[in-house]
Amino acid sequence: MFLQQLINGLTLGSVYALIALGYTMVYGILELINFAHGEIYMLGAYLGIIFLGFFTATGLTHYSLTLTLILTLLLSIIFCSSYGFTIEKIAYKPLRNAPRLSPLISAIGVSIFLQNYVMLTQGATDKVFPTLFENSGIEFLSVRMTYLQIFIILISAILMISLRFFVRKTKMGKAMQAVAQDKIMASLVGINIDTVISTTFIIGSGLAAVAGFMVAMYYGLVNYSIGYIAGIKAFTAAVLGGIGSIRGAMFGGILLGLVESFGASYISNEYKDAYAFAILIIILLVRPSGLFGKAVV
Amino acid sequence: MRIISFRERLHRAKPLVIALWLAFLFFPFKGLKAALILFLALSLFLVFLKFLLRYTKLLRESLQSISNKIRSIRYPPLRVMRYALLPLLVILPFITTDYFTDVAILSGIYIILALGLNVVVGFAGLLNLGFVAFYAMGAYSYALLNTRFGLDFWSALPISLGFSTAAGFLLAIPALRLRGDYLAIVTLGFGEIVRLILNNWDNLTRGPNGVSGIASPSIVSISIGELSYYYYFVLVFVILTVFTTGRVYSSKIGRAWIAIREDEVASSAMGVNTTMYKIYSFAFGAFWAGLAGTLFAGKMHFVSPESFTFMESVFILCMVILGGLGSIPGVILGSIILVLLPEVLREVQLYRMLALGSGLVLLMIFRPQGLFGGKDASLRS
Repeated sequence: MFLQQLINGLTLGSVYALIALGYTMVYGILELINFAHGEIYMLGAYLGIIFLGFFTATGLTHYSLTLTLILTLLLSIIFCSSYGFTIEKIAYKPLRNAPRLSPLISAIGVSIFLQNYVMLTQGATDKVFPTLFENSGIEFLSVRMTYLQIFIILISAILMISLRFFVRKTKMGKAMQAVAQDKIMASLVGINIDTVISTTFIIGSGLAAVAGFMVAMYYGLVNYSIGYIAGIKAFTAAVLGGIGSIRGAMFGGILLGLVESFGASYISNEYKDAYAFAILIIILLVRPSGLFGKAVV
Repeated sequence: MRIISFRERLHRAKPLVIALWLAFLFFPFKGLKAALILFLALSLFLVFLKFLLRYTKLLRESLQSISNKIRSIRYPPLRVMRYALLPLLVILPFITTDYFTDVAILSGIYIILALGLNVVVGFAGLLNLGFVAFYAMGAYSYALLNTRFGLDFWSALPISLGFSTAAGFLLAIPALRLRGDYLAIVTLGFGEIVRLILNNWDNLTRGPNGVSGIASPSIVSISIGELSYYYYFVLVFVILTVFTTGRVYSSKIGRAWIAIREDEVASSAMGVNTTMYKIYSFAFGAFWAGLAGTLFAGKMHFVSPESFTFMESVFILCMVILGGLGSIPGVILGSIILVLLPEVLREVQLYRMLALGSGLVLLMIFRPQGLFGGKDASLRS
């Protein structure tokens, strides 16, 4: 029971961590709570279903499952990144020098827009994600770990490690760090801030797309409203780890996944969604800088 | 011959590029045909817009002269209008259908709510994204006190008002240590927790099924369940709200709120107890939300957690922002517009939220002070 919940929590947590990275990166650079980020994740889930459906119809799925998965994932990432890029250009860029609450309200607007956009184009009912992996897995000490769970944890780990590498070692990553520290100084030393911000949104949205795709596979059901709650939870994860800190988002996400999974099995399943909110409020009141963050509040 | 660079060519064809890009984004969701239609429509629209912008100076001048004319005639009739409006409001149930009276009652409840939120967001400049929680508390207090303990409206009203005000007070004490956007998130979390409790505490609230069979309020043993009676009932409360919030706004407390909104550090340096006044604004706003909730429960005879979602909070926030932060007539108009629009335009009901979302973005970009807001009120953290 304990180990089983641990594995479930890890799976869920790595997805939260992936979404939380998008929040934390945008917050680190723009000091903006990107409310629409959860919707990008939802778009990722929907795009996964749409492209899989397309590939199944054209017969590619029968030919090679791996190729289909890779193509679907790539297309979802491309589209979600484009959405993230476009949202930043339309809704946030004109408000870069506005009072702090204006972009937040604009982000809420984008979030409402995207939710209803998907609802109108794809319907308000749940969409079923086709099962690709058989429900089999490894049994170990009476604990079952499905291949899908292994896939999710593995992919998340790879992505997080490569993101860490990207931010630490590449030129663009270093530019991001510089912009996060001081925008004006960064632009004085010749960093194109607009490019950096766009890149941040593109990477964050790409990660959210992967998360959405994997969650859609994991739960098998997708709805236009999943983005809101997942977004809040991922935001909680980001705050828990210390918003603005990439390492914090990873740990925060996994911690939140574990709390939720243990809380649901040992305390109460009905209040599953409330744990995230309670943690969020407590963390913000007790230690707003999070576990790994610098003091920002 | 000059060679046109790619970048320049891109710039010339900008409307087409934008339209193509948006159509590309749209394409996976509705297929190729719809994307093509969108592309054509968008490019036509954008080319038209570009054409329009070319003559922007002419346009702006004519718009300016029109708006100047409107502005110059606006103020004296506003006072006259207020007196003309009151008789109209009084005879409204007689000259319209029941359906419209119903909508008017709903607008009244929303006006009270939006004015309450206006106290927090517009006057004190604190973003509250969980305002619906206080509304829910008011509604559920009356619902439960009435159905469980048999209390009538008048004895339940002080309790539910006290309850929601106390909740605002208690939330404010810890939450107000946080900076603008963090405060918004904490209030959002609070709103969601309240909704989840209402949804899951089956023994008390009957969960998602809601509480039904709530009695209408009565005055001297005359029930005012009938629509037109209830309309007057709500109207009295609306006038009370408008009057009270207006008076408080121009009192010492209101001045303190404005000072905090404009510059918190400066106001505390001038001796304003910022924490205390922020707590006041939260509690005072929550008070009106409680009142609106009680009226809502009395009208609907039924409450369920579904009426108190995050979207509802956003909807109320939209009313305040659309009308103009801090402007009482603006907020009233904003609420009326947002309640009436979907009723008037039945066909576009589906697109209501879509328009609301993009409207929020556009409003923030082009007119952050709202339709009727003055220059003095603005969003600050």
